[in-house]
Amino acid sequence: MNPSDVLASSLRGVTANPLRSILTMLGVLIGVAAVIVLTAVGNGSAQSVNDAISTLGSSTLTVRSSSGGMGPGQSGQDASSDLTTETAAGLSDMELGHVDLIVPEVSTTATVTADSLSSDDVSVIGTSADYFEVGDVDLSSGSAFDASAEEQSQKVVVIGSTLASDLFSSGSAVGQTIGIDGTSYTVSGVMSQQDSSGQDDPNSSIIAPISRVQASLTGLGSVDSLTVLASDSDSVIAAEGELEIGLNQLLGIDDEDDETYSIVNQSELLETQQETAQTFTVLLAAVAGISLLVGGIGVTNIMLVTVTERTREIGIRKALGAARPAILMQFLVEAALLTLAGGILGVLLAIVVTRFEISGTQPVIVAASIPIALGISVAIGIFFGVYPAWRAASMRPIEALRSS
Amino acid sequence: MSQPEQPPVADDSGRQAPVVELAGIEQIYGKGEMRVHALRGIDLTVASGEQVAIMGPSGSGKSTMMNLIGCLDVPTSGRYRLDGLEVGDLGEAELARVRNRRIGFVFQSFNLIARMSALANVELPLVYGGIARRERRERALAALESVGLAERGGHQPHQLSGGQQQRVAVARALVTEPALLLADEPTGNLDAESTEDVLRLFEHLGELGRTIVLITHEAEVGARADRLVTLADGVIVEDRPRTRGDDSADLDDTVEFPQYAPVRQGEGR
Repeated sequence: MNPSDVLASSLRGVTANPLRSILTMLGVLIGVAAVIVLTAVGNGSAQSVNDAISTLGSSTLTVRSSSGGMGPGQSGQDASSDLTTETAAGLSDMELGHVDLIVPEVSTTATVTADSLSSDDVSVIGTSADYFEVGDVDLSSGSAFDASAEEQSQKVVVIGSTLASDLFSSGSAVGQTIGIDGTSYTVSGVMSQQDSSGQDDPNSSIIAPISRVQASLTGLGSVDSLTVLASDSDSVIAAEGELEIGLNQLLGIDDEDDETYSIVNQSELLETQQETAQTFTVLLAAVAGISLLVGGIGVTNIMLVTVTERTREIGIRKALGAARPAILMQFLVEAALLTLAGGILGVLLAIVVTRFEISGTQPVIVAASIPIALGISVAIGIFFGVYPAWRAASMRPIEALRSS
Repeated sequence: MSQPEQPPVADDSGRQAPVVELAGIEQIYGKGEMRVHALRGIDLTVASGEQVAIMGPSGSGKSTMMNLIGCLDVPTSGRYRLDGLEVGDLGEAELARVRNRRIGFVFQSFNLIARMSALANVELPLVYGGIARRERRERALAALESVGLAERGGHQPHQLSGGQQQRVAVARALVTEPALLLADEPTGNLDAESTEDVLRLFEHLGELGRTIVLITHEAEVGARADRLVTLADGVIVEDRPRTRGDDSADLDDTVEFPQYAPVRQGEGR
């Protein structure tokens, strides 16, 4: 019996009861689609972390005060921070060899008003003019504030694109006046749309000169963090060492254990995040794998029913000279066809589903997952079809012929 | 028609090996209280070209005989040679090959596979015999033509009448050119007209020299064979060639006046 004959008789079996075949396929379909979609979501989030690393620049370091502790009330208003604008200036004056820029940051939230509109809990970041260079922030209109605006504590702000369209739906925000906790500021620029994968949406925040924000909102002196741009991505480690020495000197710390700050390497942070995402993906894929297993058990179930129903046909075939292997192959191939069809439909479903964003992540299908999923679905058909096919093959022809 | 006057058992000595040779066949099913002694010492020889009908009431062992001769089952004891081949020692795979090459089955309920065209049904034994597609097609068409259904090859079993289905089944049985055509109550599910068709077909095949073993409980069917073997209680109680009297009396009535029987389409399922 050649392969095309086996295929033909198996196809006949699959199409004999279309509804049943479709329902059986559904189990495999859902399993395959789930595996592909979930790995695609994991892959997508890993890629967005990658993108974040490349936009943020792998050469940035963040210095944070740790003396304030992790407890409640660690906002910018606490004067407990040892990092101040003077620290930033002091570090800059040291002209550290592997450090290009040092950008101090304070952040808080405020109520923002424009004309009759107001918006609560808007994130306000006070920083220096270098912020735009370090963070690679582009403006869609207007201009950023410069160093002189910072020195003079001018009341100018750059606002996020979402905030701009919320507050000034009718026209350009540049040149307009907004109120931040009662003080009036002039909008000098609007940032272009940014990737919002971080915890704070930069598209809804306000950037203002740090001196102004400290004077009006957070209090003079202390800053929340220093963002440090190393000269290139290879010198991050060297820059970290230089910063440590410089800071200990400025803050008068002798012992490493007494350090009141911590230096965070951004790319390290993101890598950790990426690893977490991958672990999560593996876990999800395992859950999806269980649904494939359940689908496979459905195949066994239906094939057993099919074999029982077609006992007479098996008897006829055996009487006509079909040996065990021929019957075994017929039912094995039938099961494999069912699961392969389910697998193909599952892949198609997965391709459709991954076109949409899933919980904030644009899934990216892992190319290898498609052939693997199809291979696994055939393997499932064979594995879960073996027992029913074996039952069919080992029927005794007389008894099989006797059944009605 | 082969020569009904000549007792076939007597003249097989000088000819080729007998197609069926059963010697001391016993068949016992079950154990202990459930033990059934279905056949109690059967000796039977069917020569090549002979048409034998095996008759007997239900429970006489007819079906057991059919299963044994058809190599669907092996005897508890005794020897069976089919077309010169000792069948008793064969394994399952070899029995399957013997069924495929040497035996053509015709069943009471036609046993065509549903949703497969008549042609595909006829091709099926050749598929299991490993015959190439083109040759298969040609031989199957020739077999269908020999039963007068060449133009019905594309029909599915449910689109054919009972008589036509049985003729397709005969074509399927013949397509491998088997040594033995084994028919189990081939007219049991047919109306009078179709019965006549099928019996004529068998007679025609007999004239062509086919060896046929036909199992039946209908006297008028059995009476048309060259030789009539009667079973009762697992033993052969009578084995006689057809006589002139059989020819004219029982048969011709049925053959000449089939119209008296209620005509309906005997659908198998």
